[in-house]
Amino acid sequence: MSIEVISEENLSRRRFLGGVFSAGAMVLAAEILPDSAWADTNEYHGKAASAALRPSIYLGLEPDGTVYIVTHRSEMGTGVRTTLPMVAADEMEADFGKVKIEQGIGDKNYGDQNTDGSKSIRGFFVAFRETGAAARLMLRQAAAAQWNVPVSECSAQMHVVTHTPSGRKLGYGELAAAAGKLPVPKPETLQLKTKNEWRFIGKDSKIADLADICTGKAVFGMDVKRPGMLYASVERPPVMGGSVQSFDDKEALKVKGVKQTASIDPFKPPYTFQPLGGVAVVADSTWAAFQGRKKLKVEWNNGANASHDSEAYKKELLETARKPGKVVRNIGDVDAAFGKGGKIVDAEYYVPLLAHATMEPPVALAEFRDGKVEAWVPTQNPQAVQDTVAGALGIKPEDVTCHVTLLGGGFGRKSKPDYVAEAAILSKKTGKPIKLVWSREDDLRFDYYHAVAGMYHKAALDDKGKTTAWLHRSVFPSISSMNDASSMYGFDVEYGMGLNDMPFDIPNHRAENGPAKAHVRIGWLRSVANIYHVFSGLSFADELAHAANRDPLEYQLELIGPGKIIDFKSQGVPAYWNYGESYDKFPFDTRRLRKVLEIAGEKSGWGKRKPGNGWGIGVAAARSFTSYVASVVEVEVDKNGKIRIPRTWQVADVGMVINPERVRSQFEGAAVMGASIALTGEISLSDGRVKQSNFHDYPVARMNQAPLQTDVHIVESEALPGGVGEPGVPPFVPAFANAVFAATGKRIRELPFSKHKLA
Amino acid sequence: MIKLKINGHDRTFDGDPDMPLLWYLRDEIDMTGTKFGCGVGLCGACTVHRNGEAIRSCSTTMKDVAGKSITTIEGLSTDGSHPLQKAWMQANVPQCGYCQTGQIMQAAALLKKNHHPSDKEIDDAMAGNICRCGTYQRIRSAIKAAGKEMA
Repeated sequence: MSIEVISEENLSRRRFLGGVFSAGAMVLAAEILPDSAWADTNEYHGKAASAALRPSIYLGLEPDGTVYIVTHRSEMGTGVRTTLPMVAADEMEADFGKVKIEQGIGDKNYGDQNTDGSKSIRGFFVAFRETGAAARLMLRQAAAAQWNVPVSECSAQMHVVTHTPSGRKLGYGELAAAAGKLPVPKPETLQLKTKNEWRFIGKDSKIADLADICTGKAVFGMDVKRPGMLYASVERPPVMGGSVQSFDDKEALKVKGVKQTASIDPFKPPYTFQPLGGVAVVADSTWAAFQGRKKLKVEWNNGANASHDSEAYKKELLETARKPGKVVRNIGDVDAAFGKGGKIVDAEYYVPLLAHATMEPPVALAEFRDGKVEAWVPTQNPQAVQDTVAGALGIKPEDVTCHVTLLGGGFGRKSKPDYVAEAAILSKKTGKPIKLVWSREDDLRFDYYHAVAGMYHKAALDDKGKTTAWLHRSVFPSISSMNDASSMYGFDVEYGMGLNDMPFDIPNHRAENGPAKAHVRIGWLRSVANIYHVFSGLSFADELAHAANRDPLEYQLELIGPGKIIDFKSQGVPAYWNYGESYDKFPFDTRRLRKVLEIAGEKSGWGKRKPGNGWGIGVAAARSFTSYVASVVEVEVDKNGKIRIPRTWQVADVGMVINPERVRSQFEGAAVMGASIALTGEISLSDGRVKQSNFHDYPVARMNQAPLQTDVHIVESEALPGGVGEPGVPPFVPAFANAVFAATGKRIRELPFSKHKLA
Repeated sequence: MIKLKINGHDRTFDGDPDMPLLWYLRDEIDMTGTKFGCGVGLCGACTVHRNGEAIRSCSTTMKDVAGKSITTIEGLSTDGSHPLQKAWMQANVPQCGYCQTGQIMQAAALLKKNHHPSDKEIDDAMAGNICRCGTYQRIRSAIKAAGKEMA
């Protein structure tokens, strides 16, 4: 079967909490979520609201031996849909062949479902271990009771509990009903497996959807259908904040297959996750909707951003970066240090707006019926879908059911559910299930863009070439403009991504943030503010190495200084964001940063070949999402300035690793995304309108531009699992630019490379 | 009335002859393995075979496939047993997976003619297929592995 037409029958089956288990099933309802995940859960599941212990369901065992494990996080290519169940199955001693993975719907009882910030494993490794361990203990307890023997004499392996002294055995399925009647053990009473007892954790595993993907059977958001469904395409205001003045749909309605048009109101500032507004064409096929849309005649009110121009804005950002800004970190006294003379080096850096350009453009299927909405969405954030759709239609979030399909890429775009609200609004207006499809042009013109940034760096070197002072200023339209229309400054999250946590041990250092107003929707894109901060910071570090006439890798190690845990509180950073994690559990440990750099040097044969004449090698390291990564990039630049990347090395300390195979794939992919950002990534506007429209003018790395080979080295680590999806991107970009400098002598301070003549 | 063969089966179509094949496959006959990525032949997610040659179904109209034989991912094999599909699974190529059916169809057209493509030949054949997750090096190795099996 090539398509999943979702029937009422399997719909109710998908209402996992109520539908999937038979009466005799053991359903594990454990107090296993991190405390933070319990916020605001009162109103959703009525029957749970009065319970002293709030049950959360990740795992259930049926009497037939089938184990259902819920992945409440979204699958967009990281493998998390397979990885989290692996963790629970391992601790349960379940036979993974008997595990069925269920995708969780949007439901606050699952805890945080916003699949970004590289935090699915970081946030839920322990919870899924405890889920599995609790199940294993309850099964052993049930068997012990049946045999009337001590629990300690019963061991559980691969779906079977064995009474060790007598050799008696009971299968997990046979024990399910009895185990389900036992109280769920407290997490602190659980005995987790030791590392050498793990069967799946730490071993290469294939993803559950592999065969379906390779045969075209995998169901993405774009592939879902409902009976009676119509298709819609929306013409949106070309300028952010604009609105429809009037429209003429006569010609559009003449297109064969077009059923009707409908308007969507513009957002009420701030823009949040609301739709941009516009005019929708509803038709009986995607093609007809697209064709009808071309025939629409719309007059727009363009609003306040109609004169926005990227070139002028760039000047503004860079000028602002020349002026003192809000101090977000301070060590020593940079001004005094600059006053003492020495060698002064300074430079401006610039990174343009970037679009996510997921291969599957935004798409959503929504069905409004009897005051409630059911939606099927490739979303990173199903709870935000509930809230946003509810807000748009004036209904309650619990009256919005969000089913999560596979995502054809996410990168942060699909955590913003504006497109789902559009579908829901149109379903309500038309009385039909609506599949709303964004074209590639829509995707590039109406994104929540990665922020443009202007940066200024200034440093002083002493007579030995040691950096004694470093000023880092950064100016960018903030993500906070999403929730605050008057926003002019960044916030802790953006500062904590390479601005107030530069890892260098310099006696005088100040980081500042200057003001900037947003004129487009700003969002987060894979590794977020790290992209511009780490690009500029680690490129500038390379500049300093050259100014000091030192080897760049050695110099980066010297800048980091002796390994230690950074004490941010003493450096004017009272509340370092630390990716939302406790500093005790996830300290910024520069020993780990040094180590990835040193290994990167060894693996890449750093220093063995002299750069120049069109060949170069570059290096950069950064901590992000609590993981430590060093990238080494080798480049060849031909006489026409054409760049090839024969080889790159990604050395990563991401703490404990669950599925090394998927970790390697993420770091390989991060190198390619880094190459796209560096080589050609640029969204620009004139007259408030985005100029780019498709892959011809927003090129992304193709096979012949991507690194030919990326070697990923995972550092053995006992530390808690850190992020994996994002940390491979930040250091790659400056390592690449540093390599181009080594090859050509041309320092790239403004992305993308395609703006510069390298010949 | 347009007649064509899809994966060996006769089909007829009497809608807009200017509609791209992609939307016929996806919206009309529910064969969603072929993906929409850009709509203008720039990304390759919609790649299928027309009489054995790789084409972009998003920018090939129904009238351009009249009388032709189309193969989609659903027809490449019924059970994932094509050497490329096996090689894809062996090398764990996909991440999100959205572009992969197009990649496989493009690679299948290449290997039909050339079981031992060089890196350059693979680049030339595959440069039209974008993978935003960045699985290119595994695609390359899977193509080489499948080519060896087919030779």
